[in-house]
Amino acid sequence: MTVITESVLQAAPVTKTRGYWGTVGRRILRDKVSLICACVLIAIFLSALFAPWLGLADPYQGSMIRRLRPIGTPNYPLGSDELGRDMLARLIYGGRLSLIIGILPVVFAFMIGTVLGIVAGYVGGKLNTAIMRTVDVFFAFPSVLLAIAISGALGAGIVNSIVSLTIVFVPQITRVAESVTTGVRNMDFVDAARASGAGALTIMRVHILGNVLGPIFVYSTGLISVSMILAAGLSFLGLGTKPPEPEWGLMLNTLRTAIYVNPWVAALPGVMIFAVSICFNLLSDGLRSAMDIRE
Amino acid sequence: MSEATLPKAMLERIEDFGGAAQPLLKVVGLTKHFPVRGGLLSKARTVRAVDNVSFEIAKGETVGIVGESGCGKSTTARLLMHLMTRDAGEILYDGMQVGRALSLRELRRGMQMVFQDSYASLNPRLTIEESIAFGPKVHGMDDAPARKLARELLDKVGLRPETFANRYPHEISGGQRQRVNIARALALSPRLVILDEAVSALDKSVEAQVLNLLADLKSEFGLTYLFISHDLNVVRYISDRVLVMYLGEVVELGPVDQVWDAPAHPYTRALLAAMPAADPDNRTETPPITGDPPNPIDPPPGCRFHTRCASAEPMCSAASPTLTDLDGAGHQAACYMAIPGSGHSRASAAEKAA
Repeated sequence: MTVITESVLQAAPVTKTRGYWGTVGRRILRDKVSLICACVLIAIFLSALFAPWLGLADPYQGSMIRRLRPIGTPNYPLGSDELGRDMLARLIYGGRLSLIIGILPVVFAFMIGTVLGIVAGYVGGKLNTAIMRTVDVFFAFPSVLLAIAISGALGAGIVNSIVSLTIVFVPQITRVAESVTTGVRNMDFVDAARASGAGALTIMRVHILGNVLGPIFVYSTGLISVSMILAAGLSFLGLGTKPPEPEWGLMLNTLRTAIYVNPWVAALPGVMIFAVSICFNLLSDGLRSAMDIRE
Repeated sequence: MSEATLPKAMLERIEDFGGAAQPLLKVVGLTKHFPVRGGLLSKARTVRAVDNVSFEIAKGETVGIVGESGCGKSTTARLLMHLMTRDAGEILYDGMQVGRALSLRELRRGMQMVFQDSYASLNPRLTIEESIAFGPKVHGMDDAPARKLARELLDKVGLRPETFANRYPHEISGGQRQRVNIARALALSPRLVILDEAVSALDKSVEAQVLNLLADLKSEFGLTYLFISHDLNVVRYISDRVLVMYLGEVVELGPVDQVWDAPAHPYTRALLAAMPAADPDNRTETPPITGDPPNPIDPPPGCRFHTRCASAEPMCSAASPTLTDLDGAGHQAACYMAIPGSGHSRASAAEKAA
């Protein structure tokens, strides 16, 4: 090492030892829109989680004489529904079910679809054809129709609607994962890893996963809002949640008859779905730019 | 070089079996044809990317491969690394056949490669230390010693470990990244390193530094290089012997000084004449060679160079000349003009002895 004595080479400052996710977290916190969305989501999550301890009215207790009260009525801060139940309590309790059937199918589909997509994209060949053509079969049906068909076949119920929504999302996530993996697979660092003698599983775990997780994660986050809307549709058809269980999709549907009587109250469950959806979408957008660490 | 200067915790080297006389790498008839999907009615055709390439690399020497873009240099490198499957041919590492006497996994330790694109060849999600430590860990080293080795190797390639070990590839310059790639290749204690255009993407001053580094590492680690480049000056500087490739074939091979001073193949002459001269009074005014290389999908019959060769004769398009020894010192060329008694009007008469 006598020939090379460039001091310029060594001039770079000693850098922090912050991991990749630490950097992403710091960048998310600097983004105002993402930060607000995250706060709104956390507030909705926490209120749903701690609903019984918030001193709310009984979400199942109706009152025939106090039906469809407008927003701001004493004791009914957000009005009452068509059976005279307190809307505020129902919205907060409704968040429990809505968030579960909005998020769980996406989480399951994310895990299954990522594995399928990475394997299909990395291994290629006949396995790729087998996986991706099977996935294509699911794309032949509109996702709403597919969810209804599977739910209908499995029978009504929350668990079954989660299963059917998972099946609806797996092909979409698989396709995204496969296309990202195919792009990464042909890069030189994967060849370099192969040249070092690593097996396919190690390469997928160490070199592929980290580079494809970002786009798949962002795409999946965007699916949460779709999942909530589809779940609402299932409830409407009697395939998901059953009355009197509070759930935003179901509430929106039962209140639709009151849209001329008390439009503001009738729109409230929709506002919740909208707020959660838009927050997830904006957050996933912020995540995408925060995860692109090269900027 | 004594063992004491090498990092102590390195992986054990693949042993030297054949002794000094056994070439470290022997390639016989290496061939790779890529099928090109034809249209619905046209028949499938093949690109002859590498066609019947044979050569040897002795222990401790540096062999250069030169040629135009698309002549099969990089494909050859990937075939040697077993990153692609070959259609035909033998690759013997230290006299051992890969898959028989030597497992592919062992070969990976004995032979490493540095890629041209310094950025694409590093995982953007891993720190430099993690990238270098990955190979040793694959071969059974624990995390802590592998990281320690990575830091020692960073030091060996002239990067201060405390500054660079925890950085990501996008945070350092191209020259520094290529040093990291070299360190990554060395992490498996290879005996042969394939440098596929390893310095081509660097600017001239950085290129010179990296070339010097390569020369230092070669003597320090006792390495053998296969140096692939289109830069003739660099190849002459670093190589002992050189291989000239054209359209997937070796057209000339020999000690670099002999090939440069007395090129026997018209393609080699054209390549050398195309080198820009540093002297402004000595500029090349007329292009020594015209046209593009023929499409390798349909290589011309006979000598592949006859479509661009000024002294091509009918016999050149009829049959292709084989690599023929010219002087007994390892200088070989595949051209009828260089083969005595071949029948070409510019070939010397048949040797009296023959």
